[in-house]
Amino acid sequence: MTSELRPAYVLLEDDTWYRGATGAPFDVTPGEVVFTTNLSGYQEVFTDPSYAGQVVVMTAPMIGNYGVNGEDLESQGPMVAGVVVRELSERASSWRSTGTLGAWLTEHGIPIVTGVDTRRLTRHIRERGAMRGVVAVGDAPTDAVRAVLAASPSMEGLDLASRVTCTDWETHGPEDARFHVVAYDYGMKRNIVRLLVAAGCRVTVVPATTPAAAVRERKPDGVFLSNGPGDPAAVAYAPGIIRELVGAGLPLFGICLGHQLLGLAFGAATVKLPYGHRGGNHPVRDEATGKVLITSQNHGFAVQGEEGSDAVPGAPQLVVSHRNLNDGTVEGIRHRELPVFAVQYHPEASPGPHDARPHFNEFVRLMTPTS
Amino acid sequence: MPKRTDLHRILLIGSGPIVIGQAAEFDYSGTQAVRALKEEGYEVVLVNSNPATIMTDPELADRTYIEPVTPAWVEMIIARERPDALLPTMGGQTALNVAMALHESGALARYGVELIGANARAIQMAEDREAFADAMRRIGLRVPVGGFARTVEEAGGIVETTGYPAIVRPSYTLGGTGGGIAYNRAELEEIVRHGIALSPMGQVLIERSVIGWKEFELEVMRDRKDNVVIVCSIENLDPMGVHTGDSITVAPAMTLTDREYQVMRDAAIAIIREIGVEAGGCNIQFAVNPADGEMLVIEMNPRVSRSSALASKATGFPIARMGTKLAVGYTLDELPNDITKTTPASFEPVLDYVVVKVPRFAFEKFPAADFHLTTQMKSVGEAMAIGRTFKEAFQKGLRALENDRPGWQAAPLLEDDRLENDDPATLRAALRQPTPERIFQVKRALQAGIPAAEVAQLTGYDPWFVGQMVDLLDAERGFSAACRRLGPDAFHALAPAQEMAELLRGMKRQGFSDAQLAALSGVGEAEVRRQRHALGIRPSYKTVDTCAGEFPSATPYLYSTYDEENESVPFGREGIVILGSGPNRIGQGVEFDYCCVRAALAFRELGHRTIMINSNPETVSTDFDISDKLYFEPLTFEDVLEIVELERPLGVVVQLGGQTPLRLTKPLEAAGVAILGTSPDAIDTAEDRRRFEAIARQLGIAQPPSGTATSTDEALAVAERVGYPVLVRPSYVLGGRAMAIVYDAGTLRTFFAQAARVAPEHPVLIDRFLEDAFEADVDAIADGERCVIGGVMQHIEDAGIHSGDSACVLPPYLIGEREQDEMRRHTKALAAALGVVGLINVQYAIRDGVVYCLEVNPRGSRTVPFVSKATGVPLAKLAAGVMVGKTLVDLGFTEEVEMTYVAVKEAVFPFTKLPGVDTILGPEMRSTGEVMGIADSFGWAFAKAQIAADGALPLEGSIFVTVNDRDKPTVAPIVRRFHEMGFRLIATEGTARYLQKRGIPCERVLKVWEGRPNGVDLIVSGQVQMLINTPLGKFSQRDDYEMRRAALTHRVAYTTTMSAASAACDAVIALRSTQGEVRSLQERHGRGAPETAGGH
Repeated sequence: MTSELRPAYVLLEDDTWYRGATGAPFDVTPGEVVFTTNLSGYQEVFTDPSYAGQVVVMTAPMIGNYGVNGEDLESQGPMVAGVVVRELSERASSWRSTGTLGAWLTEHGIPIVTGVDTRRLTRHIRERGAMRGVVAVGDAPTDAVRAVLAASPSMEGLDLASRVTCTDWETHGPEDARFHVVAYDYGMKRNIVRLLVAAGCRVTVVPATTPAAAVRERKPDGVFLSNGPGDPAAVAYAPGIIRELVGAGLPLFGICLGHQLLGLAFGAATVKLPYGHRGGNHPVRDEATGKVLITSQNHGFAVQGEEGSDAVPGAPQLVVSHRNLNDGTVEGIRHRELPVFAVQYHPEASPGPHDARPHFNEFVRLMTPTS
Repeated sequence: MPKRTDLHRILLIGSGPIVIGQAAEFDYSGTQAVRALKEEGYEVVLVNSNPATIMTDPELADRTYIEPVTPAWVEMIIARERPDALLPTMGGQTALNVAMALHESGALARYGVELIGANARAIQMAEDREAFADAMRRIGLRVPVGGFARTVEEAGGIVETTGYPAIVRPSYTLGGTGGGIAYNRAELEEIVRHGIALSPMGQVLIERSVIGWKEFELEVMRDRKDNVVIVCSIENLDPMGVHTGDSITVAPAMTLTDREYQVMRDAAIAIIREIGVEAGGCNIQFAVNPADGEMLVIEMNPRVSRSSALASKATGFPIARMGTKLAVGYTLDELPNDITKTTPASFEPVLDYVVVKVPRFAFEKFPAADFHLTTQMKSVGEAMAIGRTFKEAFQKGLRALENDRPGWQAAPLLEDDRLENDDPATLRAALRQPTPERIFQVKRALQAGIPAAEVAQLTGYDPWFVGQMVDLLDAERGFSAACRRLGPDAFHALAPAQEMAELLRGMKRQGFSDAQLAALSGVGEAEVRRQRHALGIRPSYKTVDTCAGEFPSATPYLYSTYDEENESVPFGREGIVILGSGPNRIGQGVEFDYCCVRAALAFRELGHRTIMINSNPETVSTDFDISDKLYFEPLTFEDVLEIVELERPLGVVVQLGGQTPLRLTKPLEAAGVAILGTSPDAIDTAEDRRRFEAIARQLGIAQPPSGTATSTDEALAVAERVGYPVLVRPSYVLGGRAMAIVYDAGTLRTFFAQAARVAPEHPVLIDRFLEDAFEADVDAIADGERCVIGGVMQHIEDAGIHSGDSACVLPPYLIGEREQDEMRRHTKALAAALGVVGLINVQYAIRDGVVYCLEVNPRGSRTVPFVSKATGVPLAKLAAGVMVGKTLVDLGFTEEVEMTYVAVKEAVFPFTKLPGVDTILGPEMRSTGEVMGIADSFGWAFAKAQIAADGALPLEGSIFVTVNDRDKPTVAPIVRRFHEMGFRLIATEGTARYLQKRGIPCERVLKVWEGRPNGVDLIVSGQVQMLINTPLGKFSQRDDYEMRRAALTHRVAYTTTMSAASAACDAVIALRSTQGEVRSLQERHGRGAPETAGGH
């Protein structure tokens, strides 16, 4: 072992706690404690802005094996509040590796707790639901640490999108691309931009609060609503903007938080899932074709659906297009008439399977003028 | 899409005998398939020649045919049964080849049988390497550049472009048979010639070498709606160049970034679509260049495989079961995940643990075989281990091999790690060559100071894996140092509790066994354990749940680790623990798994809750729905004891899993564990020569004169007393390891020096060897009061050939009633004297009317499944009953079954897989599997067994006879009968003269050293249809050897014993005089014939 380990732990708001250790000291850090079942792709997970404000427990026990590199980033750096693993690899092996995961997280000031019985922690979250927690250095929880936890905000009602969105407009892709897409950045993953560009788009990424009028001025061919962290219901400004853009007849595609905000814009409700869907193996059925997609997911909230019906309660203009086969939750919605659709999962994957990638082509088709 | 209702009767083809490359994993898949089809209400017709399997238990399929798995015999079954469909993907390459042959001959079309699971086009494309390469190019994937050759010259031409080393792969052979790596022209010629001879198509593929690249496998499933899931990724520790069956493999992949993994996943999906597997599974192998990530597709198997069995056990996703359901029309989203029961099967399992599979080899049985590992599989079994980390699983896997290594530990002697010395130069050279011992040589190299980076470069192991090993070494050093510092108190009550607890827990979390810690600290294993228990350090058990804890799981499939939370809820006295037989090896294979599974199901029927412990991923016993609880754990005393102390079961069953559980009997009893059935003391009595002799004497049962010895001098004295020849063997023999027949004192001296190492704590046994005796095996069951005979089997081979290697026949055909009755009486008397409760096996020899008892095994024997299939008496099931207190009267088995037909068991050998090995039989067991022939006459039963064992006998042509002087009088009447049938006889000089003198016409041929054309030339050129050869003494051993190898390579029937030659003669007479017939076991056992054709 190259670094000296000292005791550290994870404490949950129901006062259960989990022993571990850390190689680099860190300050007491609160966050919503969630688990993801992704087997590979830890660097993508940690850099996904949707994980902002969360302490992420990796159920895969061996983390850091292939190190980190400069390419598998979904934003400029790690966005998670903290990382909890069973075993952190001290050595990295990959022809693309530029360093170890531990060093990289420490460099960015992200706490990492290793040696934790992550399965026990995962099972606890599964039974009791995702909840607030802290990671801290020390043998056992102290009152000071409990106080930090008690003072931390709950995920419900938390607008984190405004915190992670970009501040300036930014354009990607060739000037002469066939389509121009304006993408609302609620915490957008880089791979979405890459795939939109690959599908033939020039993408203008705009801050989450950008007024619809400013977008319409640019006369885009379509609008994209990105993924992002936090409670969709707390992003109060978004639904109005979205309604206005839809009203302008623009084709619209949303992912994850974007999916939830689209639902809210049409009157649907969103609910917090007990412990969310996070991983790369969730089966989703396309209700139109009956085919199953293995999808990449990362969400704690969902658009409320209705059992045995494709209607979206409160949003008569919308129809449920995709459903999760594990728990029946809504995974995709479509407008009954307009070229508007969204999915709860991540067709851009990264990490995760590519089964849902054709959604990007679907968006392009919606933008293609019918002759 | 729900299941198809247009199908009613489905034929399933099994994989035949266990051979290297095709083993118990197909019993697992086939058994799952039968159960899955039955569950859906289909009528299942099964064919498999292997009686040791669970799938052929007559209670499973509707009609079970133990018949040869060849196109002709399967067609006879089709003609009789008229199935609607044939599922060819569950029985390995054998089933696939037979199905393709039946498709190509038009038989399937003629009888209106549909192939389900994989269609002929898909099988063709995946199996034909040329078509496969084209298919890959069509979808933009790369394959190792190369070409196809039908001659050595063509191969040479291809290598001019690909360069050396060149990989040679014969088309359509299993387990890479006949393949190899050629480093120069001479090797190329040899391997290509061998490969072309073995390929049914006479074709080999020459590939660009990707030796040293990283090797991965994906297990893929697809349904009719084109939904595709990846069940598991597997990464090989050994890089390309070592057959995956011989590699240490790890699941899930450890060193791939998500980006690279997804590229591989996309490729796998594209491949299964392009090849066109419509409803089922496949296995795809990839090679990845460690320098730049270039990915090549190596091959695809459109069927379940050894890897799919491993993946099923590694993930909890039962691929064969699901594949069967997909084949009859279901889609993945319609099927439940069998572990969670609440989520669908259309998902990809995620693991929150690491799985390591380690192969087990048998080179000690084949000293002449080349032990280097190449693209042709050579291992005979495997162990799988689950841990929370790689290090834990790796160490558990190594100790699960039961090779006297308690983990990643170098052998006490350099030679046992296949090293002459431990100079860095020697170590470096060793690391370049893959062998079974390389993983331990790596440890020695790291200890010797060879840098990790260099070790990685020399072995081709990914540096990450070597890094894990460095961690283990560091941990060992730290532990040893701490123990030294703490001094003698470390393992006593005086030890600083917290420090010692942290130290021990830290080591246990890295998978170190108590035995390893004992070796590192210089104390006894028991002391380590006592201290560990005193400090409260116990394993916790976690569930394999397919979903990393995301959903509740209804299935207790468990493994041990040292973590906080224990998920196993003990069964207490409702539970019965069954100890399995561990990794397959020669002498201990699927037959013991049959016994364990049969008993597990029986205990369940009797209202008990069964707990299985086993480490073998190939088996049915490690299918999580066979028992109420499955612990996938090494079968060491430590691992078993921890489970038993947690579970507190009614008792532990040790008599069904072969030597593995038997070895644990004494220590378990000493630890206060209740052993079910026959008492440990009775087991000991039978194993202990002196105690047993006393009993035999008391019962008036003759034994060959014998004695025991613990030194060379003692051995010589004993041999002198009992008289040569003597049979020498260490006690607690496994598959006859280190057993030999010795004719003189000099040889005995040499042997004893070697055998003494085999089991130092047990003395060597020396028996007078009864030459020319008949041998027989009796299997029986006893309930403590009554003993009922299961069957009396006569060995066909002479005494001196290991019973596991000898063909045998039930009922006996040359042993008189008087002797048979005497054996029955003896067996019952022995069972009573020992107080047997459960199974008992007794071996006898009969010479000059005297019945000698050779050995008694108060446990389930290798022949239990054969006897059960032959007679219809489920001995292992009954044994379960008596072990929990039922009487044989309660169970309704009070009379030996009288058979009206004949069953022959024949052994199957791995000789084609191990070039350089002589095929002559002896007291060392070397067979890997068995087949059964069942018919109304002995001749036909033997003939079927030969056909099933791939030794089909000729109906006409030439027989080449060359036997030693001792056998000449015996062979004369046999070959006379062949002559009378019209066979042409060819013989070498001595034999020819002998036969001619007795009026048997025969032609003389030269021995190899006499010039050419000689006997070998005749065999190679196809002028010989059968070889009868016994060794002619030391002088011409090489000559004999070349003839036998030639016969083997060119698939010429051969026999190396007179009794087998005689039996073969009876068989040929039967083959020539009457038509072969197929009949199901159920009919043989008097339980109904199939409805007539079209009657369903």
